[in-house]
Amino acid sequence: MNTHADQKHAIRTRGLNLWYGDFQALFDVNLGIERGLITSMIGPSGCGKSTFLRSVNRINERLGYVRIEGRIDVLDQNVYDPTVELVQVRKQVGMVFQRPNPLPISIRDNVIFGHRVHNKGKKASAAEEDEIVEQALRQVLLWDKVKDRLKHKGTELSLEEQQKLCIARLLPVKPEVLLMDEPCSALDPKGTEAVEELIWELKGKYTILIVTHNMAQARRASEKCIFMLLGKVVEYGDTDALFLTPKESQTADYIEGRYG
Amino acid sequence: MFEASELNLRNKRTESLYRTLFLVMTLLLILPVLLILGTLIVKGASAISWEFLFGYPKDGMTAGGIFPALVGTIWLVSVALLVSVPLGVAAAIYLNEYAGENWFTRIINLAIINLAGVPSIVHALFGVGAFVIFFGFGTSILAASLTLAIMTLPVVIVSTRESLRAVPMAFREACWNMGATRWQTIRRVVLPNAVPGILTGVILEVSRTTGETAPIMFTGAAFFLPFLPESVFDQTMALSLHLFVVSTQVPNVPENLPYGVALVLIGMVLLMNSLSIALRMYLRGKKKW
Ligand SMILES: Nc1ncnc2c1ncn2[C@@H]1O[C@H](COP(=O)(O)OP(=O)(O)O)[C@@H](O)[C@H]1O
Ligand SMILES: [Mg+2]
Repeated sequence: MNTHADQKHAIRTRGLNLWYGDFQALFDVNLGIERGLITSMIGPSGCGKSTFLRSVNRINERLGYVRIEGRIDVLDQNVYDPTVELVQVRKQVGMVFQRPNPLPISIRDNVIFGHRVHNKGKKASAAEEDEIVEQALRQVLLWDKVKDRLKHKGTELSLEEQQKLCIARLLPVKPEVLLMDEPCSALDPKGTEAVEELIWELKGKYTILIVTHNMAQARRASEKCIFMLLGKVVEYGDTDALFLTPKESQTADYIEGRYG
Repeated sequence: MFEASELNLRNKRTESLYRTLFLVMTLLLILPVLLILGTLIVKGASAISWEFLFGYPKDGMTAGGIFPALVGTIWLVSVALLVSVPLGVAAAIYLNEYAGENWFTRIINLAIINLAGVPSIVHALFGVGAFVIFFGFGTSILAASLTLAIMTLPVVIVSTRESLRAVPMAFREACWNMGATRWQTIRRVVLPNAVPGILTGVILEVSRTTGETAPIMFTGAAFFLPFLPESVFDQTMALSLHLFVVSTQVPNVPENLPYGVALVLIGMVLLMNSLSIALRMYLRGKKKW
């Protein structure tokens, strides 16, 4: 950490360019995602939203053909710095995927998994673990529903509950940032509503960056909004302002539904 | 309004013709299996007895039992597995979970495919050169099992890889994303879900290894030994070789004896296969994604 720390931003990118092989997916992205806020990212399919998220927690790396230029600072430290330990980055940056992907182990084990991974050697007692599990499940409003079947497999839950479980399992390691890539797109309207409510509930405790192509959702559930098009950031600002008085004509076209 | 037209009827007739044709082909496939089993049982069942299974060969192998060969086969197969399973599973894990797609892994894949196509008699010669002579193991269980292991390695690798591949990528991403290392991910999530598939592959391999004759003939299996092996450096009898010997090399063998040996051999193989199927069904039933 340097001394004149950037306290305002949880994620800060400068001159971020990304290529999949020869194909450039991100163009000169300069973004500062503010701490403690919910920021939504909208834009048509294929504009690079997922790509952006996946480069923040460096999960794109397993594809050998990804090349990155520029820097991404998370909590004021460049995550692409050679001295950075990936495990520590992942601890600070949790990710929720489009399709709920609970592990095929019990609900309890799902929630405690991250905690165990990060605390190897000093095993928590069963009571401590119970406490952690309960707290995490309470935070995602799932505790009352699953408290009697913690031993059941996470994969047996409904999609909505699975997605909540996927959020819950990030919490025990106390991440600063939660990245959510279209977390509701596999859910029905009721499930969507429930998960949105949950995201709102988590506001303030975490910095949340949520990708959605549901504009109503972006409006309802976020304070700041980023509009991307073809790998570039077109507009970034307060959600209300962006929707009511967009500065760019492309933004206006998009929110009025003139792109698919 | 919805009656069949002339064309409909014609299509229907062709349809049922092909259906029957394919059914007959399928039945023809089962026929040899049934015939083999039937012949073995009819001609060999009379040879099977307590003494046959647990006694030693007598009177120049024209009478008595097959116990040393039975025990020898178990030795050979177990030692071969002890070598090929850890090696093969490790290689498969490396290839599927760690290595990227590059010239190096492509060459390895090519090598594996080619290794799988090498005739067993060539493996036998390799075994003689490498294990019997070069490493100085002599003709022994060790040399024979290592030869078998090399021979089965490609199949273990390929089947393990298939089972690893079948584990959804989303599970791995979920784990990595929570900060788990590759190994933690493999141990806690990938392997537990791949085990049924891996086991099935391994057991099918066992049944194939059980029947192999060429690779063990020059490397460790003996025509006749009046005692059981005591260590991996001993020679041993083996069922498959014994079957070859009593059916072609020894005069005056009663007719039912070779059939009896073959029946025991097939019985062992079928037993392993059914075990593998049962295990797979049991483990499949337990997992839910
Ligand atoms: N793994 C990949 N390999 C190659 N190209 C990819 C890969 N993932 C995404 N892309 C391309 O990058 C662009 C951005 O994709 P993505 O970030 O998934 O868009 P979004 O999430 O906004 O729909 C698309 O044109 C897509 O085809
Ligand atoms: Mg996407």
